Amino acid sequence: MKKKKLVLSFPEKIVTKPLTYKLVKEFDLEFNILRAEITPDVEGKMLIELRGDDEQINRAIEYLENNKVSVQEAGKDIIIDRESCVDCGECTSVCITGALSLDKKSKKLVFDRDECILCELCIDSCPLKAIKVKM
Amino acid sequence: MAKTIEEINQKIKDGTAVVLNAEEIIDYVEEKGVKAAAEKVDVVTTATFSPMCSSGAFINFGHSDPPIRIQKAWLNDVPAYAGLAAVDVYIGASEQSESEGINYGGAHVMEDLISGKAVRLRAISRGTDCYPRKELETFITKDTINQAYLYNPRNAYQNYEVATNSSNRTLYTYMGKLLPRLGNATFATSGQLSPLLNDPFYRTIGIGTRIFLGGAQGYVSWAGTQHNPHMERLPNGTTVGGAGTIAVTGNLKEMSNRYIRAAIFQKYGVSMFVGIGIPIPVIDEEMVEFLKVRDEDIQVEIIDYSVQRRNKPSYGKVNYGQLRSGKIKINNKIVQTGPISSYARAIEIAELLKEWIMSGKFYLARKVQSLPSEDEYRSLEILSREEL
Repeated sequence: MKKKKLVLSFPEKIVTKPLTYKLVKEFDLEFNILRAEITPDVEGKMLIELRGDDEQINRAIEYLENNKVSVQEAGKDIIIDRESCVDCGECTSVCITGALSLDKKSKKLVFDRDECILCELCIDSCPLKAIKVKM
Repeated sequence: MAKTIEEINQKIKDGTAVVLNAEEIIDYVEEKGVKAAAEKVDVVTTATFSPMCSSGAFINFGHSDPPIRIQKAWLNDVPAYAGLAAVDVYIGASEQSESEGINYGGAHVMEDLISGKAVRLRAISRGTDCYPRKELETFITKDTINQAYLYNPRNAYQNYEVATNSSNRTLYTYMGKLLPRLGNATFATSGQLSPLLNDPFYRTIGIGTRIFLGGAQGYVSWAGTQHNPHMERLPNGTTVGGAGTIAVTGNLKEMSNRYIRAAIFQKYGVSMFVGIGIPIPVIDEEMVEFLKVRDEDIQVEIIDYSVQRRNKPSYGKVNYGQLRSGKIKINNKIVQTGPISSYARAIEIAELLKEWIMSGKFYLARKVQSLPSEDEYRSLEILSREEL
């Protein structure tokens, strides 16, 4: 069983297609929609966590891409500039899932990608502008 | 047995001084007791690394030819106060750029000067017989100017408060981003490492005390603005609110951007992280009683920043131990907490200062004048001349 967090971008024409349903039906995947911004007539974005067989996940990604959905691995798009960061920890107060935290011992900032749901609340909380998201 | 600062300095000279940071002294006292600590330990280093808006630098540019009596000046488009002698200005940390707004300010100018970058100086004057030039545009670096020294009117607040927000909208404050409906809470100071919380009655920290300032050796130059020793205190002497503050001075040219850093609080303004380290001489057992203070022994009031008035309501008190756990309870709701001061960078400063002292690079300076113990904290009332 593997876990993979993906950002799916749906072009406007296919927003109405029931693509996530296919993920269950055809590829036997469990999925958890962490965030979604999908409205007709505009590009939709979805942050989704897939659980299942490695092979099945790869086939599902291929299926989505064939249907013009752009698939990116989530988490890789959050960048913390360690040079700018001073480990104040302000971002940890707005991080709902606890992905950003201060290490108990070193008191330095730790980012746990697996916990991040790309809510972006941290971005403008950083006084050093050290956190950036590229979607 | 009491120790004098002269005796401690002799030990520093001999390379025999025992120096601990304000975190290490806690365990030391726990293990060996107050008496042993007073005998064996000579200095305890305290530190903080926090946004401190009330900071800035005096700069003297040197004279141009023909000379100018600067009346208005801009450094990288950030206005600097020029109502001083011909080529003296004061650049405040929170002043914003006229072209880039909140994205660049006085703190960035200081950061750029420290890192050796070229800064554009623009100045205007009406021109006088002795200073005929009316306009000036040139580039400077810290090496081309005469003096550049930080003079921060209010730094190193003894303690502060916890900020939270009970309203239905996100607030952008100097305490950071406060999420609606008690969505989070932020706090400042380095708690058990904080200079004035380790010397709560200012026995050793006073005017003339030599300190670590932004990576250089600096001094406490005066009591800070809003210095207010008459605050609620716990039996261990620590204050529950802001209380004591210090004004500090040091040579900007010797500073490092690791310990001076520009900050932007979104939709609020520009501020500056200032790194300060203060050595506290272990003069007697009473001093150890203060120095052994732990995060759990220091309390702070939780303040609702959604009330846009001078006096804001309180949700009660918590201690730094609870705050550092990442969660506190407000009105029976679990609320996430986060600091705006860097404890990691503060401990780094305390360690660096310790190294300086142990290697004989830094000697203690006896205060020449105590911080006021009587000052009153006043509010500004809106009055007519007759009502005054």
